[in-house]
Amino acid sequence: MSTADEKSRKAAAQPSGSIPTAEEGPAPADTAGGKVMAFFFIGLAASLFVGWIVFPKLLYSQKKQPIDFNHAMHVQEVDNGCESCHFFRPDGTFTGIPKLDKCLECHEEVQGDSAEESRFVNQYAQKGKEVPWLVYAKQPACVFFSHVAHVRMGKMDCAACHGNIGESQHTRVYEQNRISGYSRDIWGRNISGFKRHTWDSMKMADCAACHKRAGVHQTSVQTGKGACFVCHK
Amino acid sequence: MEAVNRRNRAKKYGMVIDLDKCTGCGSCTVACMAENNIPFRKDESDKLLSIAWLHVYKLTNGKPFPHTDVCYLPRPCMHCEGHHGHSPCVSVCPATATDYDEETGIVSQIYTRCFGCRYCMAACPYHVRLFNWWDPVWPDGMEKMLNPDVSVRMRGVVEKCSFCYHRHQRAMEKAYLEGRRELEEHEYQTACTQACPAGAITFGDLNNPKHAVYRLKKSPRAFRLLERLGTRPKVYYLSSREWVRQAGDNHLQQEKQKI
Ligand code: HEC
Ligand code: HEC
Ligand code: HEC
Ligand code: HEC
Ligand code: HEC
Repeated sequence: MSTADEKSRKAAAQPSGSIPTAEEGPAPADTAGGKVMAFFFIGLAASLFVGWIVFPKLLYSQKKQPIDFNHAMHVQEVDNGCESCHFFRPDGTFTGIPKLDKCLECHEEVQGDSAEESRFVNQYAQKGKEVPWLVYAKQPACVFFSHVAHVRMGKMDCAACHGNIGESQHTRVYEQNRISGYSRDIWGRNISGFKRHTWDSMKMADCAACHKRAGVHQTSVQTGKGACFVCHK
Repeated sequence: MEAVNRRNRAKKYGMVIDLDKCTGCGSCTVACMAENNIPFRKDESDKLLSIAWLHVYKLTNGKPFPHTDVCYLPRPCMHCEGHHGHSPCVSVCPATATDYDEETGIVSQIYTRCFGCRYCMAACPYHVRLFNWWDPVWPDGMEKMLNPDVSVRMRGVVEKCSFCYHRHQRAMEKAYLEGRRELEEHEYQTACTQACPAGAITFGDLNNPKHAVYRLKKSPRAFRLLERLGTRPKVYYLSSREWVRQAGDNHLQQEKQKI
């Protein structure tokens, strides 16, 4: 006995690839089921393609740094390695990206025949205009980060969080999340969140995982993990 | 990385405010507003809608002239310890937006996590928590004067005094550069403490015998607000005036006569 209701339910169930019941007989279900499965896999592949490849492309806008800065070459030119440009002030704060006056020590005038250098000297150095660098590692405004705690007390390497920027010859493309406005380096290249390097992403969970391993101020009453005011302000 | 426990010696940052010295000038409130990027509006006359982390209250003994006496009472967040850090607000927050740090004894508020349910405002017996009914609007050019160490709040979240925690963060950076893990008393002071022209506010670690607050909190003039609720606030007040000390709690008529 089958009511009209049940029949319509069977009909509705088929396109979604449900297992055919014995009543329907094997032969017609096989071809129909095969087509359904084929459509299913095409659909799955298409949605995975959209979700894993198209969506991340659409989600991030691409920006070029205003000047193509060559780290590898400059580290050779300066006397004191990274610290010539990235150092700590006596109050413990980190200078971050150097200001124009640092560049002017050598770039008052164009010294070589590199087109990029003369562009830099003409557009910024001689006009006294700061270069509006884009900071790949930039965290949202509510985050407090301390370089001195990691570099001096934690004895950590710049590369552990930044990768090989210090040895790069060209600045890479800066990708900005169109929704949150955050740099892609926060969430990371891999949309699934898997990391191959320590610097692949720097989300709250990444900071917190290392802090848990290293036992950094795991003193929150609510969570028993890192206290919020360690990294927030 | 080796599994060491990197937490510094547990502290209990707190404040002692001498009400006999306070003149009610309001410098502390002004310093606090500037330090912590506190928004304000053109018309601040409705105090239910306006925001000040440190509010100065005026108390009177209610007696007619010539026995009238006035006392001004500055009121920051009490950073209640409650029972093992379960202060009234921390216990009720459904979002973990407010939290108690066992290491510093400071009650934090993370604005980006807060979704504005305002349970904490209802739970707080001291009215220290305030709600942002609007996005902040700064007068032209003032955005450039904002303190970069304090994040600006948005519409729909609760905010409150943080004991200028960002000053602790900055002070720790200097200490780390010098290879230290402990701060001197003067290295971490709140904006209101430094602004008070009468020197009425003292700030420090209530656990540290070398800090002034350690001695002051034991003074016979010391009391705390609504102590009998068991909130264990970390702000102490000093007054030699009996009626002021009594005003700090809700006493029944017969209790008042006893004291
Ligand atoms: C001559 C000055 C100079 C020296 C020396 C220098 N840098 Fe830089 N650094 C810069 C400038 C300018 C930028 C901004 C442009 C860019 O992102 O490449 C920068 C950016 C960076 C950033 C990117 C921060 C971010 O998230 O956007 C890192 C990381 C960095 N430097 C690391 C290093 C390391 C490691 C060394 C030493 C091996 C070093 N730098 C040496 C000038 C310098
Ligand atoms: C110690 C001296 C020194 C300092 C400081 C310095 N530069 Fe240079 N820079 C050089 C030299 C040398 C060259 C190579 C010039 C050439 O022969 O083309 C160069 C080249 C460049 C080029 C062209 C690179 C290329 O690959 O074509 C750019 C752009 C540049 N510098 C930007 C900067 C900026 C921005 C700063 C400030 C953060 C800076 N420099 C600081 C010495 C310096
Ligand atoms: C524990 C991870 C970590 C380590 C180690 C680290 N950084 Fe960073 N760095 C960050 C983060 C996170 C930011 C973004 C800070 C922010 O936006 O508040 C940053 C920002 C920067 C910036 C940009 C700052 C600005 O806004 O101008 C530079 C330049 C930089 N780092 C260089 C370095 C150098 C050089 C070293 C090694 C001496 C280093 N970092 C070590 C995590 C790290
Ligand atoms: C690979 C490990 C690692 C990562 C990743 C890391 N940290 Fe840390 N962090 C440490 C260690 C270790 C210390 C403690 C250093 C010490 O005091 O000896 C520390 C200390 C700190 C401190 C200083 C706390 C204090 O004592 O006042 C702050 C702030 C901080 N981290 C923020 C962050 C933030 C924000 C991020 C993510 C952007 C981050 N950290 C990522 C290992 C890490
Ligand atoms: C170890 C450092 C660390 C600790 C501890 C930490 N955070 Fe964060 N938090 C971050 C960093 C870094 C970001 C920014 C990157 C991101 O959005 O993941 C962030 C982002 C956030 C955001 C999103 C803000 C935005 O604008 O995207 C919220 C909300 C937040 N944290 C709440 C909390 C709360 C509540 C606690 C305490 C229970 C806490 N955090 C503890 C590092 C930390």
